[in-house]
Amino acid sequence: MAAPEAAPLAARAEAEAARGGAGDGMAALLLLLLLVAAGPGPGPGRADAERERRDALREELLLSPLPTGDVAATFQFRTRWDADLQRGSVSHYRLFPKALGRLVAALGVRELHLALTQGFWRTRYWGQPPLQAPAGAELWVWFQPTVPDVDKAWKELSNILSGIFCASLNFIDSTNTVIPTASFKPLGLANGTDHHLLRYAVLPREVVCTENLTPWKKLLPCGSKAGLAVLLKAERLFHSSYHSQAVHIRPICRDASCLAVSWELRQTLTVVFDFFSSGQGKKDWSLFKMFSRTLTDTCPLASQSKVYVDISPKNKETELLEVSPPPTSVHEAIVQGDRKTYAVYDLLSPSLFNTSRSLNVQLKWKRPQDSSEMPIPTLHAQRYVGGYGLQTGEICTLIYNTHPYRAFPVILLETVPWYLRLYVHTLTIITKGKENKPSYIHYQPAQDRRRPHLLEMLIQLPANSVTKITIQFERALLKWTEYPPDPNHGFYVGSSVLSALVPSVTAMKDVDVEQSPLFTSLFPSSDGSSYFVRLYTEPLLVNLPTPDFSMPYNVICLTCTVVAVCYGSFYNLLTRTFHVEEPSRGGLAKRLANVIRKFRGVPPL
Amino acid sequence: MAAPLVLVVLAAVTVRAALYRSSLAVFIAERVEVASPLNAWKRVVEGLALLDLGVSPYSGAIFHETPLIIYLFHFLIEYAELVFIITDVLTAVALYLAIQDFNKVVFKKQKLLIELDKYAPDVAELIQTPMEMHYIPLKVALFYLLNPYTVMSCVAKSTCAINNSVIAFFILATIKGSAFLSAVFLALATYQSLYPLTLFAPALLYLLQRQFIPIKLKSKSFWLYTMQYASLYLCSLVVIICLSFFLLNSWDFIPSVYGFILSVPDLTPNIGLFWYFFAEMFEHFSLFFVCVFQINVFFYTIPLAIKLKEHPVFFMFVQLAIISIFKSYPTLGDVALYMAFLPVWSHLYRFLRNIFILSCVLIFCSFLFPVLWHLWIYAGSANSNFYYAITLTFNIGQILLISDYFYAFLRREYYLTHGLHLTRQDGTEAMLVLK
Repeated sequence: MAAPEAAPLAARAEAEAARGGAGDGMAALLLLLLLVAAGPGPGPGRADAERERRDALREELLLSPLPTGDVAATFQFRTRWDADLQRGSVSHYRLFPKALGRLVAALGVRELHLALTQGFWRTRYWGQPPLQAPAGAELWVWFQPTVPDVDKAWKELSNILSGIFCASLNFIDSTNTVIPTASFKPLGLANGTDHHLLRYAVLPREVVCTENLTPWKKLLPCGSKAGLAVLLKAERLFHSSYHSQAVHIRPICRDASCLAVSWELRQTLTVVFDFFSSGQGKKDWSLFKMFSRTLTDTCPLASQSKVYVDISPKNKETELLEVSPPPTSVHEAIVQGDRKTYAVYDLLSPSLFNTSRSLNVQLKWKRPQDSSEMPIPTLHAQRYVGGYGLQTGEICTLIYNTHPYRAFPVILLETVPWYLRLYVHTLTIITKGKENKPSYIHYQPAQDRRRPHLLEMLIQLPANSVTKITIQFERALLKWTEYPPDPNHGFYVGSSVLSALVPSVTAMKDVDVEQSPLFTSLFPSSDGSSYFVRLYTEPLLVNLPTPDFSMPYNVICLTCTVVAVCYGSFYNLLTRTFHVEEPSRGGLAKRLANVIRKFRGVPPL
Repeated sequence: MAAPLVLVVLAAVTVRAALYRSSLAVFIAERVEVASPLNAWKRVVEGLALLDLGVSPYSGAIFHETPLIIYLFHFLIEYAELVFIITDVLTAVALYLAIQDFNKVVFKKQKLLIELDKYAPDVAELIQTPMEMHYIPLKVALFYLLNPYTVMSCVAKSTCAINNSVIAFFILATIKGSAFLSAVFLALATYQSLYPLTLFAPALLYLLQRQFIPIKLKSKSFWLYTMQYASLYLCSLVVIICLSFFLLNSWDFIPSVYGFILSVPDLTPNIGLFWYFFAEMFEHFSLFFVCVFQINVFFYTIPLAIKLKEHPVFFMFVQLAIISIFKSYPTLGDVALYMAFLPVWSHLYRFLRNIFILSCVLIFCSFLFPVLWHLWIYAGSANSNFYYAITLTFNIGQILLISDYFYAFLRREYYLTHGLHLTRQDGTEAMLVLK
């Protein structure tokens, strides 16, 4: 495997992205035709259609029971606008949030991906997630080639986003920003991938809570008043083992010919409800049990509003999961190499709310699920810190390829803050007891207080193997003002990113991406034999040696004393000369004593 | 005379070779006392690895060696252990030869002064006899080669050994009277670690003395010779720096080596005074105190040059000690270099005031360094103050040791001219005081 392998991988992903966009365009056109046909009269219908053509909101909710008995709920709100934000001629905003639209126009953003996550997605036990995000805050942005100073725009953008989402994104600076060369490619329409226009930053320490959710909900056209968004009740969403909310903005093709650009905003939210904390021992779920709400009406602005429930059989057996009420339709698709069956509830179909006033989807297991037969995802990874003491340490990453017969390459991106001084000569990659030489390696060493370490590698994973990657580091002693308020808690190291085209076990048809639920169209599926996966490993918590924070004055005094001792003794020796001590006539006391002695008749001193 | 030296060298090589093969080598290489960010072997290897990856070694904050060192080890990485053993041996031999020559000079000067009746009549016991001086060069070599500090430094493959070697050759060239070689080695030493710049003054004084040029500011020949030596030094420095530029084709090494030495960004603990002071410093005053602390090395040079203009080798010794105390990333290897000179001043022993206490302080500190480091970093039962306290004590010990030697030297000089048995006007035995 040669170094240029990274390039075709990227190019393929790109081409797929463009195709995904084209598909989107096609469906919009179809929708338009339908609407035109359904319109009551030629006059107003046309105007309506015109408006509909310009922007559209589609909302989806995917409920997928996880192998452990937990359940993942994934929301996606997709706003698509057939206007070119970059041209600056846009002044009237309807569905697309103005705050973000203006931002894209003003700062020359080509693509923006922001994710705020609390908790860690356990790929090994929960399977491949629809959309992964690292713990904390992640932001990656592609800028337009016309932006004169990308770093300045990046700084400005992170500060504005920090204000919009009430997150600490303003802590993004040169010490945690990197420019990956291979891991991140534009997901939308793009010509040219000059990675100098890309900026990537992760804040693993960021805590996500209600104050981040509220501004995120406000960006939705219906707010949290109607549609699927009524389920987004903060009290329940944060009472979960994983919560991740994201915003993705990208340009896509307006139609199949791809002559004009449309902008797409995807707001996604994934939440995993813990079966132990809320299940009372039963693995039965319902919308009410999860969100303590039910669906009552649709968002009138939405042109699509659907609930999908993943009812795919786990082990080739008959269906184990029973859903009620009966779904509107059943949809089959191949997502991430797996054949999936979805029960679909179309909220816009008039029959749904006719029977009852609210929709409370319920999932029931027909018989207790045998949890021992968990399917293990083809690619998963784990990472930990090795070593003891506060002087040195070792970052170990284990990457598993469980595919029975196919080897595939994976791009590993590791960003390590400067205060862990990585020694790249200690990097070892071992697969099946043999050294595995990466075919592409990009290493940018850190600079103190200015830049983090960036390590990007393309590693070939043989079939059915575990690859162990270790690299040693040294822990720096920082200035006392550089420690966070709780220094002995430790310092976070952001997740490393694994990007791979994973060969699928099931052959995939070239499905219509527009029809399949959720994120399959964000990350392009490749040709039939493989699919794109991005994985994040655990963030690390590393302790650094600390100075005594109560001592600055003492240290300054003591050290200066030592310097003064040197100065004093040298000054003495340099400026003075030796003299014979002359007998002095004595001080006042001696003279007084002698006077008294004289009176007493004793010899003087 | 050569046979004992060969024996010492053999013993030193054996000790080092044995330690390289033992499990202690890894432990010693990790010790912060012998491996500073500036000269740790791990960082040299890292620099070479970066070079192999096609990344400039100076683009990161790990590597701070000079380009010549990279190129040296680019070819010799396989033989690193051998290189460090040879460097140590060369240093010792250079010091041996230098001190041998210096002794001859001292002897001649003593003889001349006795003949000129410059010494007081009763100072016969202060005069150094050839018998006493005979073993001094050997003792110097022994002190350098078998000093545990040097041995540890060598086993840790700290490039400090190379700096020491360059300085030793500079001293040899100076004492042999070769102005050109002296300037070249001084330039090399400056290029390696910047601080040896201050050794310019003692070298110049020694060369002037050797040329019998009077040190007077009004004398023309004095200025002529000074200019000549200075230009030799500057020219070689420029040549070396340009050579480094052509090796890597960039000036990156200037901020990464000299900027790093001067601005002290890396606060990894070491035996010096800088790390904890700047870890605890208020950001606002940081720059001011960096300047104040850096000045300390250069500050004493001119007063010392005035006071010790007749004794440039002793001046060199004091200056080396000051460098090793006040440099920003000191290691035990630096300490070992000036300690090698202690046998040269063995005749001062009778005037030292608290040599016993100071030797005890230095020895105990040397043992306490690893103990307190372990307590802080591994056991977690102590904190940074413990290690800091021991560095303070160690430095106080060094400072007092040097000022004690300085005091003893001045006192002996006084006795030599004024007689050993000083009497007061009333005939009683007199006390000598500094006034």
